[in-house]
Amino acid sequence: MASIKFFRNLTQERIVFGLALAVFIACAFTLNGFLATDNLIAIVRSVSVLGILAVGMGIVIIGRGIDLSAVAIMAMSVAWYLQMLQSGVPGGQALALTLAGVVAIGLINGFMVAYADVPAIFATLASGAFVYGFCRSQLVHQDATPVPQGNWIEGLEQIPDWFDQAVHIPLAAIPVEVFFFSSFAFVAFLFLRFTKWGHYVYLMGDNFMAARNMGIPVRPMTVLRYVISALIAFSAGILTAASLHSINVRVVNSTLLYDVILVVVIGGIGLSGGKGGMRNVIVGALLIGIMLNGMTIIDIPNIYQNLIKATILLVAIVVDSLVNPRDEQTAQQGDI
Amino acid sequence: MKLKRMLAAIALVLLGALAVNTVATAADDVGTQDPGAKPYAEALKGKRVVLIPMAMGFDLAQGWAAYLKHEVENWGGVFETRDPNWDVNAHAQAITDVISGAQKPDVLVIHSPDLNSFSKLLKKAQKEGIYVVLIDNPMNFPADAFVGSNWYHLGELEAEAAVKACEGKSKQIGLVQGDAANASSIYQYNGIMNVLKQHPDFKVVAEPFSNWDPTTSRNVTTTMLQQNPDICAVIDFWDGDATGASAAIKDAGKTDQVALVTTGGGETVDCKALEDGTFYAVVMTELAGQSRDMNAIIKFLLQSGVKPGTSTTYIYTLEKATTKADLKPTSCWDLKSLQAGAF
Repeated sequence: MASIKFFRNLTQERIVFGLALAVFIACAFTLNGFLATDNLIAIVRSVSVLGILAVGMGIVIIGRGIDLSAVAIMAMSVAWYLQMLQSGVPGGQALALTLAGVVAIGLINGFMVAYADVPAIFATLASGAFVYGFCRSQLVHQDATPVPQGNWIEGLEQIPDWFDQAVHIPLAAIPVEVFFFSSFAFVAFLFLRFTKWGHYVYLMGDNFMAARNMGIPVRPMTVLRYVISALIAFSAGILTAASLHSINVRVVNSTLLYDVILVVVIGGIGLSGGKGGMRNVIVGALLIGIMLNGMTIIDIPNIYQNLIKATILLVAIVVDSLVNPRDEQTAQQGDI
Repeated sequence: MKLKRMLAAIALVLLGALAVNTVATAADDVGTQDPGAKPYAEALKGKRVVLIPMAMGFDLAQGWAAYLKHEVENWGGVFETRDPNWDVNAHAQAITDVISGAQKPDVLVIHSPDLNSFSKLLKKAQKEGIYVVLIDNPMNFPADAFVGSNWYHLGELEAEAAVKACEGKSKQIGLVQGDAANASSIYQYNGIMNVLKQHPDFKVVAEPFSNWDPTTSRNVTTTMLQQNPDICAVIDFWDGDATGASAAIKDAGKTDQVALVTTGGGETVDCKALEDGTFYAVVMTELAGQSRDMNAIIKFLLQSGVKPGTSTTYIYTLEKATTKADLKPTSCWDLKSLQAGAF
């Protein structure tokens, strides 16, 4: 009996948390300097941007969808914004235009999925490619666009003193990315857990037809999720630009998007929707962070790192489908 | 009868005058006209030159394109580019399209992503009578010419700069490599190691790959600095991702202790980074000279009568490591003014 109970409690989140803990302990014992405070902070920071993107992706996936345009939106919106600043467009105007563009893409994604009934995976795959192609050919003239000197983005590099003093905690030692990642995760947690719309996201993810019959405004809610995801992607881009003093749109062709999905799925947010929360995103991000850090310390070449990540994603997906079997009643064609 | 004779006489006189005149002009020609101008113009007129770099979206490619366009169009040729945008498949596709298209180019200028990928395609191009000029990244393929950096020597220059920066410090060096397939990364590494062999007290403490991505470069450099707090120099294999390494060094508060050495296109961003201390040394590509070399070898091939695929010429660009101390107003080139037509 006890063993059955144990297996029933073995949710994917717990498996991953256990795994993360195991990897952590193994690294702590075998790798010199792994446990140093600076290294631990670096681990969290290295996954912050990834984590923020995963917060947006998490919200979309919980409501049974997926946003493959997130990384394109992240890079292209910020590149366009910086490009406008370079060519002398006033800051406020440039920001307003960029935000309008970001919201527009979110709306288009949402409308395609909610009203035109295009499967999310295709709609966002196409819109992501469109955003990249359009911006790269029409709006952004080179891969890397630097942040102009004295721009407010540079100020994001560090938590400002006034804020530090206002909250009476010495935050200056914490990298600003970590601070943002926790804030985004916390706000998303409050949204999902304590607001009506947050509950709608779960209900829609769990059983879309039932949610619709209940009278939940499923279509506007779907649109809302994609707009939120686009805005979070933009924020992640701004943060990237703050830390590197430039944005490089080559990131769209990198494995970042898959890493985001990796974090979400590995953390235990089922791809079939309705399950999981921000805790899963944090656990997933931590496991990836610890692994990447460990692999860098042992000097594993990039291609092997990708292989290891891919293997873990495969295992996570298999475990996901075993632990969260598809619900015959609610599964439908076009599900991802 | 009389009239006939008179007409004949006049005709004879006219003819004679004409003949004398022609001979005189001909003699004149030999004396004052350049014998090269005509065959030069004939050999080059209307020749198509197609540049296919790894992507058009970065400083070097845009610089090459601006120079070559300017030169080729001025000697009467046609210049085109294709943009595979870092995608090897798209790159191969672009080459295939160009060599099997209706208007075949006469010269194909290729910036290869690795040592082998395009060998077959380029061989086919040569068979079709197209000269193949490789630029920047060498290949295991006998192209008609290679113009670009001697990456091995470039690595040596970087290592020498790093060794100099480490004087009186720990003698620990960290590398941030590009990838494991690109000639520029592999040869650079070998060059660095060759110099460090001559300095046995130096040690490479870590050599992660960045995959040419600044975020990865930042993360691996952060870890590297934490594992080896005494590092005195980091060599990042490209300025495009060295921004990440520099951010990591800054985060660690080690800007004064760790010298960042890299290589780049020599656009104004490189000079700015040298000036504000982000980079300690940059081995810069002298773009104008390199592009002129490309133009010269293209003009040579088109006039030489050499059959494509029968000869190989290497033209390495002169390079040196530039530090803040030897920065001059002319050290860098400016993409914007180049594209605006200022050469």
